[in-house]
Amino acid sequence: MQTYDLETHALRDLNAALQGQSQQTNETLWEVSNPKGAHAIAVGLDAPIEVTVLGPTGYYCAGMNKQATVNVKGSVGPGVAENMMSGTVIVEGDASQYAGATAHGGLLVIKGNASSRCGISMKGVDIVVHGNIGHMSAFMAQKGNLVVLGDAGDALGDSIYEARLFVRGSVKSLGADCIEKEMRPEHIELLADLLERAGADAKPEEFRRYGSARQLYHFHVDNASAY
Amino acid sequence: MCGIVGLFLKTDTLQPQLGDLMSDMLITMTDRGPDSAGLAVYSDSAGYKLTVQSDAADDVFPALDEWLAVNVPGTTMRHLSTHAVISGPADLGLTLPAALADAFPQLRIMSGGAAMEVFKEVGLPRDVAARFNLRDMAGTHGIGHTRMATESAVTTDGAHPFSTGDDQCLVHNGSLSNHNALRRKLARQNVTVSSQNDSEVAAAYLTWKMREGANLGEALEMGLKDLDGFYTFVVGTKNGFGVLRDPIACKPAVLAETDDYVAFGSEYRALVGLPGIDTARVWEPEPATVYFWER
Repeated sequence: MQTYDLETHALRDLNAALQGQSQQTNETLWEVSNPKGAHAIAVGLDAPIEVTVLGPTGYYCAGMNKQATVNVKGSVGPGVAENMMSGTVIVEGDASQYAGATAHGGLLVIKGNASSRCGISMKGVDIVVHGNIGHMSAFMAQKGNLVVLGDAGDALGDSIYEARLFVRGSVKSLGADCIEKEMRPEHIELLADLLERAGADAKPEEFRRYGSARQLYHFHVDNASAY
Repeated sequence: MCGIVGLFLKTDTLQPQLGDLMSDMLITMTDRGPDSAGLAVYSDSAGYKLTVQSDAADDVFPALDEWLAVNVPGTTMRHLSTHAVISGPADLGLTLPAALADAFPQLRIMSGGAAMEVFKEVGLPRDVAARFNLRDMAGTHGIGHTRMATESAVTTDGAHPFSTGDDQCLVHNGSLSNHNALRRKLARQNVTVSSQNDSEVAAAYLTWKMREGANLGEALEMGLKDLDGFYTFVVGTKNGFGVLRDPIACKPAVLAETDDYVAFGSEYRALVGLPGIDTARVWEPEPATVYFWER
């Protein structure tokens, strides 16, 4: 295992080392100690490696991730796994605002709570939050799945396109054009797989599904005067 | 963007280290606000303290010292860089500010009160902390700010904290959109706002509400209705410490609490040097929710 202490080594060198790993690298296990809330830890990775961060991080941890697995043994600041393309990011603590924003793929697991704007403009990522999420989550979400074991805050899924939202607890309010939808067998199957991959102890049948009413993003001639 | 730090001690153990702990917190927030920095430090005192500032301190403060000896006997003056703290009996605040305004019109009054001293200047937080010997300060609670200006000029007057009432201060990360209307409304209530800064209007608003009888927590609740814009506020009173975020909550905030303290940081990394932070309860304050502690 490669170990890296951010108390004694520069963050820039860590990211350069991680970003320099090839597809065939033998150095697949990395451990980062003393993150102390630093920003942009393990960003822009593009190799099948596993990075464990031993403590809380700041902004944009594991941003733009491809292929790699990043495991944070603490809480993360705003923008964790922002624009992730693939791979897995697991946060043992809480996540601040806009977790998984604009992410195209991969799996983001938050074992605590996520605050506002979780999954904003998500484009294909799977996000599983074991706790609650804050207001304006999945705002303008386009594709992917957001699974919440706890409660959702105000204006869930405002102006949503085609992402699927699954919430086990309460939803404080739904945003514009977001409605509750029927849970069909294929959704139960999808959710069971996501919950298992996220290590979440919950039954798919306990969730409700929300998605787009598709009234907002199609131009309707009767509304022409409103533009 | 701005940086905020705050430390409210619930017990006596860390009081001698308040300034030292706050210095590190403030300097860590330099990335969020490198153009000015300031801090309010609260410590118990029997009398009244007036903190003043002069751009020509080397010329003005010796004259001020002499003037005080003649005109306001019983006062002492502590000189720290561009600031001086004048200490005296509890009724000092009733007459001294007006007398100083006549005798030394260029002098800025930063704060008054029994417990609070406010120091703020343009410059890197590290340099500002050093010029006021922040590390040596003891106290019960403190609030600091690192500024990246958006709403008004980079000047001493534009730096935070803003104090608009005895022992009251406010720091702000964000921008208010209705501060001009509110400034006119406050003027009709005889609440003066001396700068063009939006944050000072928020401070004056809370001062007005507390003057009308609200406690800090109640004043903050009212602020949710009357203050429009983006904000994370941290406010202090003689014995209180409050935090408020607007309903959108774009501006970051982290709170930490142990048996010994409540700490605020715009980012978690501002808190990493605090004793016991690894086992503290750390959370992100909810939007539109008043957090308020008193000792």
